[in-house]
This record gives sequence, C-alpha cells and structure tokens, in this order.
Amino acid sequence: MNPITPATTDARKGDVVAPTKEKGWFYTDTVKDHFFHPKNFLDGEEDYKDAYLGMVGSPACGDAMKVWLRINKGTDGVERITEFKWKTFGCASAIASTSMLSVMVTENEGLTLEEALKLRPQQIMERLGGLPNRKVHCSVLGDKALRSAINDYYRKTEQTDKIIVEQGRIIDKVLKITDHDIEEAVLEGADTLEKIQHKTKVGTGDPSCIPEVEQLLRFYKEKYFGS
Amino acid sequence: MHTIYLDHAATTPMDPRVVEVMQPYFIDVAGNPSSFHTVGLRAKEAVTEARQTIARLLSAREDEILFTSGGTESDNLAVMGIVKAQRQAILSFCHSRAGGNPSDGSPGLRFATPEDDKKPHVMTSAIEHHAVLEPLLHLQKIGEIELTVLPVNREGLVAIKDVRTALKLSTVLVSIMFANNEIGTIEPIADIGREILAWRKEHITPYPLFHTDACQAAGAIELNVEKLHVDLLTMNGSKIYGPKGVGILYIRRGIKIEPLMRGGGQERNIRSGTENVPAIVGLAKAFELVQENRETENARLIKLRDRLAEGLLKIPKTRFNGHPTDRLPNCVNISFMDIEGEAAMLYLDAQGIMISTGSACASSSLDPSHVILATGLSYEAAHGSLRFSLGHSTTKEDVDFVIAVMPKIVERLRQMSPVNLDMKYFN
Ligand code: FES
Repeated sequence: MNPITPATTDARKGDVVAPTKEKGWFYTDTVKDHFFHPKNFLDGEEDYKDAYLGMVGSPACGDAMKVWLRINKGTDGVERITEFKWKTFGCASAIASTSMLSVMVTENEGLTLEEALKLRPQQIMERLGGLPNRKVHCSVLGDKALRSAINDYYRKTEQTDKIIVEQGRIIDKVLKITDHDIEEAVLEGADTLEKIQHKTKVGTGDPSCIPEVEQLLRFYKEKYFGS
Repeated sequence: MHTIYLDHAATTPMDPRVVEVMQPYFIDVAGNPSSFHTVGLRAKEAVTEARQTIARLLSAREDEILFTSGGTESDNLAVMGIVKAQRQAILSFCHSRAGGNPSDGSPGLRFATPEDDKKPHVMTSAIEHHAVLEPLLHLQKIGEIELTVLPVNREGLVAIKDVRTALKLSTVLVSIMFANNEIGTIEPIADIGREILAWRKEHITPYPLFHTDACQAAGAIELNVEKLHVDLLTMNGSKIYGPKGVGILYIRRGIKIEPLMRGGGQERNIRSGTENVPAIVGLAKAFELVQENRETENARLIKLRDRLAEGLLKIPKTRFNGHPTDRLPNCVNISFMDIEGEAAMLYLDAQGIMISTGSACASSSLDPSHVILATGLSYEAAHGSLRFSLGHSTTKEDVDFVIAVMPKIVERLRQMSPVNLDMKYFN
C-alpha cells in the first residue's frame, strides 16, 4: 500500500480556538509531543510512598488518575510544589494534559499552593494549543487530582482548616442533584437541557429547579467551551 | 513509513478491478436508468445486470434485490419498513385468530398483557450494529414496538433456545447479524432461521420475518438466502472492496415493506431516488470477486489471523474477545488490561499501524463498546480492547511487525497507568 501523506498541520489543530468549526478530534503538535513523550510520569511507586497522594476517577469514560506531590519550603520560606508525578489510565488527551499540568506546576521554582489551587483546566488547554470539545473533560482530571493531593498535604501537616472540600450545592432537592453533577454532565457533552436530563434526571422530581439548571448549563458551557 | 492497514472491518480499500468496471458509468454511460433514450437504457441494463449477478450469488430472484445507499439504510429499511407494514397485518391476524378460535385450544392465542396485545414485538441481539439497534430503540421509545434484546455468551453467540423462548404470536421481526463487526463472531443464522420456520409452521403464521445484517459476512461466508432461511438480508459495498454508499436489501418475494423514501418510484416503489449506477455496478463486481476468491483468501487470512492472535496473546494480561473458531477469518479482537485503547491506537498509528478500539474515549458518546460489554466484560476491559482486522493487503511481514512493536507499546502505557486489574476476573 502506498504510504499515506500525513494530515496537514491545520487539520491537526485542536478546535478550542473556534469551537463552532469543529475539526474532529485531531490533536495539536503540543498534545502529541506530551502524549508520545510524557513528562514526570511515575514508574514504580516505591520511592514515593511518603509523597502526598491525590486520586480521581472520571465518571465520563471510566478513566483514573493518581498524582504524587512533594512540597518543600523555598528560599523565601513559602511552600512550593517541587515535584509532581502522575499515572493515568486514559486517552491521549488525558495523558497529555496531565503531563502538561505537571510541567506547569513545577516549572521555575514550582507553584505555591495558592497558585496551584488557582490553576484552571483552561490554562492547561491553552498551553496545549487546544483540545477537541469532547476531550475537554479529560483535562479537568489532572486539576482535580492535584487538588486532592494538596488536601492530602494539608491533612498530613495538620492544616486541616485549609482543606477544601468540594461539596456541591444541591439543585434538585428531590433527587439530590448538585451543581457538580450538572458540571459533570456538561463536560461529558450534554449541551441541552434534554441531554442533561437524560444523564442526570434532574428536574424530573422537582421541576421548579429547571430554570436554575438552564442557567448552570449556560454558565458551564461558557466556562468550558466558550459558547 | 509503510502503512499497515488493519482496519478492514471499518472499511476496505477498493479492488482496482471494481474501480475499472465502474469507470464507464461516470461519464460515458451516465444516463438515468429511468430515461427511455439510448444512454438511459444502457444505464438501466447495467443496473439490471448487477441485480442479476447479486441475485445469483444470493440464490435469490432478481426482483428480491433492492439497491440502497448502504448498510445503514438497508438495516433501517428492514426494521422500520417491516414494523410499519406488518403492524396492521399482525394486529388483524392476531385478532382474527384470537377471536376466531378461542374454543379449539390453539396455543399462544392469549397475550400476556394488554400492552403486548397492542404492539408488534421485535427481537434482536445485544451485539447488533447501531444501524439495527438504534431504529429499534427508537421504535420502542415512541411506543411502536415491544422489544426483546437477546443476550450473547462470552464468545458473542446468541443462543437458539433464547430465540425460541422469546418468540410469541405478536413477534413480527427477528433481526440477528450474521457476523459481528467488532469481535467477528459468526452467529448460527441458518439454525435460527430453521427455528423460526418451524415456529411459523407450528403456529400457522407468516411471522416473524427474519432479517440478518450480513455486511461483515459478505466477504467471507457464502450468503445463500435459501440455506440461511432468511426473509431479509442487508449487505453493502464498503466492507467487500467495493464502493461505499451503496448496499442492498434482499426482500423475499411477497413481503410487504413500507418505504422510507418516497419519490419517483424507483426500486419497485420501495426506494425512490435515481439509481447510483456506477456504485451499483461496482457493488455487484466486488461481491462477485470476494465470493469467487472466498476459499483461497479465507485460508490465507485464517493463517495470518491466528498467527497475529497467538503472537499478541503472549503479552501478559490480555484477553481474547470473540469466538475462537466461529469467527471471521480476518478478525482479531484482544483486550489489553490496564491500558486505554485510544492511547494504544495512536501509539500504533505512530508506527504506521491502523487499527480500531472499543474504548469509550474513542467513541463520540463516551460509551465503551456495547459489543464487548455484552460478552460480559467490564468497562475496563472494553477500554483496553483493540480490533485488528486483516484484508487483501495484509502480509505475514505486516503481522510480524505488529507482533514485534505491540509489547513495547503496551509496556509503555502500563508504566503510565495507575490501574492494575486482577486477571482472575477475566479468565
Ligand atoms: S480519558 Fe477518556 S476521553 Fe480522555
């Protein structure tokens, strides 16, 4: 068979720039680079037993991620993340965004905990040059694992007051559906009220919450997909 | 880089001999078969000839072959068309039987629930192609049918006794695929067909009708509608080195079917639309070629297939998916535990190897393969399932190259993975 000419760089661009003109799910060169040459992944866990551990699983496609942090006081006496190791079970996008996150957190002297907690998935996506819409939910994973590891640090260093528990706000009082559930559904690709209801059943028991659901839908769509 | 295309179950490249016979019908003989002038007549003759060829290969009659735009349309037409057309027929039939013979003790004349009484019943399998499942689920959702989805065993086989148990007087259609597109398992279509025939005879009813989607089977198995006892059969060009966007639905003579497309009345008024003459000519040629060379090509592919499977299964923590022997000659589906299929697919792609995966991450709905799940595997195993489907261009060198690079890719991805499944759940 004849060799196939590789797709043009243009066709490989992510669609984060123009979500309306979706070009399939080809990855940018940066994504490819981090996917084929991932940075900071942990091979063998023995040496990191004492590191701070964070864990998440994505309900969307059943992937899982673990993050190990080392946190040290810098020359200025501020706690910084000096090491970020990870393992992920997921697609190219999950691998690349975790790899990129590990770079962003540890580059220069390493982020302070406050800075790290302020990181948003969008910033990772920007550094990656964009991700296809239906892959956005993978880029959220690393961010969540990072938070969970920072909480582990606070727990182990007895700064329990700083632990941030991500408790959702209940939207549907009958079915106990939170704003996080709505966010999850939007990340999984639900872009209409019907699709959200299909995934979560929200509003079937308590229709009075529907206007609020619609509001959240607009908010998260704007937040993650810019539309 | 040398490209090793192992995704023939997704679609095949075209056989150059097929391209050649299609050539005249693009420009020189580009008439509309419905036109009465010479060019129109030539086009019509070409369509007729193609129909005859296909009919002959299926042991069917010319007027039983209907050209469509492909497998999806044929499946939709079979499912929706039969349900719609038989809906009235089955109701009047059941009611007349139920009302006419309450005293003679004929079996099965009472319906389980008043709901069943109103709805035609359709039976299908859990591993059907979406082109069958989706229209059926839709009909179920809008309340038009009662649907039974039969389970399959670990190897992907439908049990004939399950078919028998689920049959009832309101059953209008049974639709079971001939060979599965993901795991390659070949269903016992002839046996199911015989079972249905016997049931119809016993209950003195013309129903249910039996449809099979034979798209994947067409290149590897004899398709004889008489031996298979099917009433409807779907087949297309894109899996048999023919053109895409063309298919047929075989409809046994005398069966009423409701059209999906109305218009100029082509294809016996069941499928309106100007015939895609070059594609129809190409489909017939492609079907003829694959059927003629079936035995030699199958023998060649089976050797390669088994060599590939054996080589890949040496990698630790793998599970073979599909039936060990009743399987398409070109299909190898293996789950590589602890890794995700899309990532593996892209690593293989970087080596020039084109395959596909049942992973959720690679599907637009983020759902893992319904076929792999139906064989009783967990989400995790479906995530790591890869399908290698061989074809005309596949050589022993290709297979050996895949066997050589795969262990490294799996090892690399496993290093990155936090998952470590216990194989005792998969054996
Ligand atoms: S990890 Fe499943 S889609 Fe990215």
